[in-house]
Amino acid sequence: MTTYEALRHFADSWMLLGFSVFFLAMLVFVFRKGSQSQYDQVSRIPLQDDEKV
Amino acid sequence: MFNHSTIERNATLLLVLGLLTVAVGGIVEVVPLFYLQNTIEKVEGMRPYTPLELVGRNIYVREGCYVCHSQMIRPFRDETERYGHYSLAAESMFDHPFQWGSKRTGPDLARVGNKYSDDWHREHLTNPRSVVPESVMPGYSFLSQTDVDTRYMDEHLIANRRVGVPYTDDMIANAKIDLAAQATDSGDGAEDLLKRYPKAQIRDFDGQPDKLTEMDALVAYLQMLGTLVDFSTFKAEAESR
Amino acid sequence: MNGYALLAKLVSLGSIVLIAILLAGFGHDTGYMIHASMIAVIAFGFFIYYARSFSFAAAGVPLQATEDTYLDSVIQAGLIATVFWGVAGFLLGVVIASQLAWPILNFDLPWTSFGRLRPLHTSAVVFAFGGNALIATSFYVVQRTCRTRLALGNLAWFVFWGYQIFIVLAATGYLLGITESREYAEPEWYVDLWLTIVWVAYFLVFFGTLLKRKEPHIYVANWFYLAFIFTIAMLHIVNNLSVPVSFLGSKSYSLFSGVQDALIQWWYGHNAVGFFLTAGFLGMMYYFVPKRAGRPVYSYRLSIVHFWSIIFLYIWAGPHHLHYTALPDWAQTLGMVFSVMLWMPSWGGMINGLMTLSGAWDKLRTDPVLRMMVMSVAFYGMATFEGPVMSIKSVNSLSHYTDWTIGHVHSSALGWVGMISFAAVYDLVPKLWHKSGLYSMRLVSWHFWLATLGIVLYASSMWVSGIMQGLMWREYDSQGFLVYSFAESVAAMHPYYIIRMLGGLLFLLGALIMVYNLIRTISGPKTSMARANSPALAV
Repeated sequence: MTTYEALRHFADSWMLLGFSVFFLAMLVFVFRKGSQSQYDQVSRIPLQDDEKV
Repeated sequence: MFNHSTIERNATLLLVLGLLTVAVGGIVEVVPLFYLQNTIEKVEGMRPYTPLELVGRNIYVREGCYVCHSQMIRPFRDETERYGHYSLAAESMFDHPFQWGSKRTGPDLARVGNKYSDDWHREHLTNPRSVVPESVMPGYSFLSQTDVDTRYMDEHLIANRRVGVPYTDDMIANAKIDLAAQATDSGDGAEDLLKRYPKAQIRDFDGQPDKLTEMDALVAYLQMLGTLVDFSTFKAEAESR
Repeated sequence: MNGYALLAKLVSLGSIVLIAILLAGFGHDTGYMIHASMIAVIAFGFFIYYARSFSFAAAGVPLQATEDTYLDSVIQAGLIATVFWGVAGFLLGVVIASQLAWPILNFDLPWTSFGRLRPLHTSAVVFAFGGNALIATSFYVVQRTCRTRLALGNLAWFVFWGYQIFIVLAATGYLLGITESREYAEPEWYVDLWLTIVWVAYFLVFFGTLLKRKEPHIYVANWFYLAFIFTIAMLHIVNNLSVPVSFLGSKSYSLFSGVQDALIQWWYGHNAVGFFLTAGFLGMMYYFVPKRAGRPVYSYRLSIVHFWSIIFLYIWAGPHHLHYTALPDWAQTLGMVFSVMLWMPSWGGMINGLMTLSGAWDKLRTDPVLRMMVMSVAFYGMATFEGPVMSIKSVNSLSHYTDWTIGHVHSSALGWVGMISFAAVYDLVPKLWHKSGLYSMRLVSWHFWLATLGIVLYASSMWVSGIMQGLMWREYDSQGFLVYSFAESVAAMHPYYIIRMLGGLLFLLGALIMVYNLIRTISGPKTSMARANSPALAV
C-alpha cells in the first residue's frame, strides 16, 4: 500500500506542480518581448518557393 | 542564454523535452497502478482458466467478440439489474489480455455464465436470429465443425505462467488430459480436474459427444463467465477502488 | 549502389526467404504458416528485383548529383498508397455498416464476419490510409521546410515498403483470426516487431533530415510530426508487450492483465488518437493551410503554445475510456480533468488554422481544396469540443458503450483526418507530377460536398441512435422495472444503421471521384515549366 500511496501522492502534488511550472515557463518564453519579429520571419518558411532552382 | 528559440533551433533538445513531457506524463499515471495489484484484496473463488476455458477464451478473442460485447458491468442500477453485480478488478486478474470491451452492440457478457442452457448457446451461436429475432450477430456455425487444436495446450499454459498466471506444474503436465476431460459426460478425469480447477463445469457442451470442437470450448468459456465469485457471500467493502 | 553492398543485401534477402520457408513448414498454426509463406514470397520478390541490377562494377550514380535534389519519388508512392488504402478502408466501412443493418451479409464464414472485419476497417483507415498520408506528407514537409534532401539515402524507401508489408501482414492476420484484441493495436507479436523496426527507420530518416537542415529554424509543422513519431514509438512498444506461446506460432499473451492491461491499452488507445490522428495531422495543417492560402500561419506564438499544451495534456486523457469501470477513481478523475482541459488548446489550434485565412477568405470561393481544409479544421474544432463533453463522467455514463462514441470518432476521422488528407493529396499531386493543376476543380467540389453530406448523415444518425440506446438501457417504468430488453434496443437501431451506411457510401463515392480526378491529373499533359528531373533545392 505504501508504495502505491506514495506514488499516487507524488503524482498529484509535486509532479503536477512540476509540469505546471514547465508549462508556465513555456508560456513566458513564447510571449517574451522581442520574439515577434523572429516568429514573423519563421512563419514564412512554408511560403518560400520550394521548387526554385 | 537559454530561451525558447534554443529549443526551436535545436532538434535534439526538442526531442528530449517532448519525449520527457509525454513519457513522464504516462509514467506518473500508469505506474501507480502496478503497485495496486498487491493491494487489491483477494476475492474468494478466482482461479486460472481451465485449458478448455482458455481455448474458448482464445476463440472469443480471435473472432473479435470484444468488438460488440463488453465484460465490464458499471455500478449503475440499470446495469446491475440487467447484468448482475458490478465487475470487480480482481475478476479480470488472470485475463491476458483484458476483455472489458468498449461497445455494446450486443449485451454485456461479464456474468452470462449459467444464465442460458448449452443448447441455447449452441443454437444462438449457430443461428442467432432463431432464438433472438432482433439480433444482428453473425452466425458461427463453423465452430461446431472445427476441432480444437490440442497439440500445444501445455505451451499455452506455460506462456500464461510467464506473464504471471499461477498455473502449477501439475496443471501444465495435465493440460491436454484436462482439456479432453472437461468436454465429456463420461466422467473420466473429472475428479482431478475439479481438484485443480474448482467450480469447473464438466460436460459435453457442443452436443457431439465424440468430438472436441471449438463450440465445446467457446460455450464452456461463456458458461463460466462471472460464475467464480460467489456474490451471496462477497462483501463490497473488500474491494478497494 | 556499390556492388558489395548489393551483394550483402542479396545474401540477407536470400536468408530471409530460406528462414521464412522453414518457419512456414514448421509453424504451429495455419495463420502463422500463411504469413511465413507470404514473407518468403515478398522477400523473394525483392531478391529478384535487386538481383537483376547486380554487377560488381563500382557505384552507378554519383552521390553529389542526388544530394541537391529532393527525394520525391517515395512521396509519390506514398500518395498512391494513401489513396488506395483510403478507398479500401472506406469500402470496408460500408461493408461492415451494411452487416450491422442486414446481418445476413456476414455469410457465417470466419473471414467475412463483423468481428474480424471491423478491426480490418479501423486499421485500414487509421494506419493504412492515415499512416501513409502522414509518412508521405511528413517526408514532403520536412524536406521543403528544412531545404534539404531526406537523410540516409534510400532508407525512406525501406520505410515505405516496410510499412506496406506491415499493413498487408496486419490485414491478412485479422482475416485469419490472428489478433491480440487490443483495439487499434490488434496485430500479433511478430508484426509488432516488424513495425518497430520500420518505425525506428522512419524516425531516423525524419530526425536525420532535421539534423542536416539548411534552414536554421525548425518549422512548427515538423514539431508536430516529430512528436507524433516518437510518441507512437513509445506507445506501440509498451502497449504490445507480450509473451508468444512459441516462436513458431502466432498467438501471444499480453504481459499485463485486467486493470493494468486496460489502463495501458487506453493510455495507448487515446494517445493513438492524440498523436497519430491529431498531432500528426496538425503538422499537416500547419504546413498545407498556410501554403494553400498563401499566407503565414495566423499566430506562430499560438502554434507553439498549441504544441506544448497538446502533448502535455493528451497523454493524461486515456482513462476517460474507462469511466465507472474497475479502474481506481483517481485515475478516472485525472483522465476527465485533462480531457476537459484539452478543449482549450484544441480550439486555440482551430482558431489558428481558420484565422490563417483572414484576408484570404475570397479564395474559399474559388479553391475547393482550401474549402476542404477549412471544413477539416472546423470538424477538428467540433470533435475536440464533443470529446471533452463526452469525457465528463455523467455524460460518459450515458454515451459509453453506445453508437455516440462511433459517431464522435467518425466526425473526427472522416471530417478532420479525411478532409485534411484529401486536401494535402490534391495539393501535392500536381506539384509532384509536374502538372499545371488538377484535372478538374469541379470534381473536387463534388468530392467536397459528397464527403460533407456523408459525414453529416453519419454523425447525426449515430448521435440519435447512441443517445436513444443509452436512454433505452436505463429506462424504468413507474413500478421500477426496466422497460426495454436489450434486444428491443437493438431493433430500434435498424433505421439509423441504414442511414449511417448511406452516409458512408456517399463518403466512399467522393473518394472514388477523387481517384478518377487524380488519375486524369497524372495521365494529363505536363506543364510547360516542368523539368525532366526532380526539382533542385532552393538555396
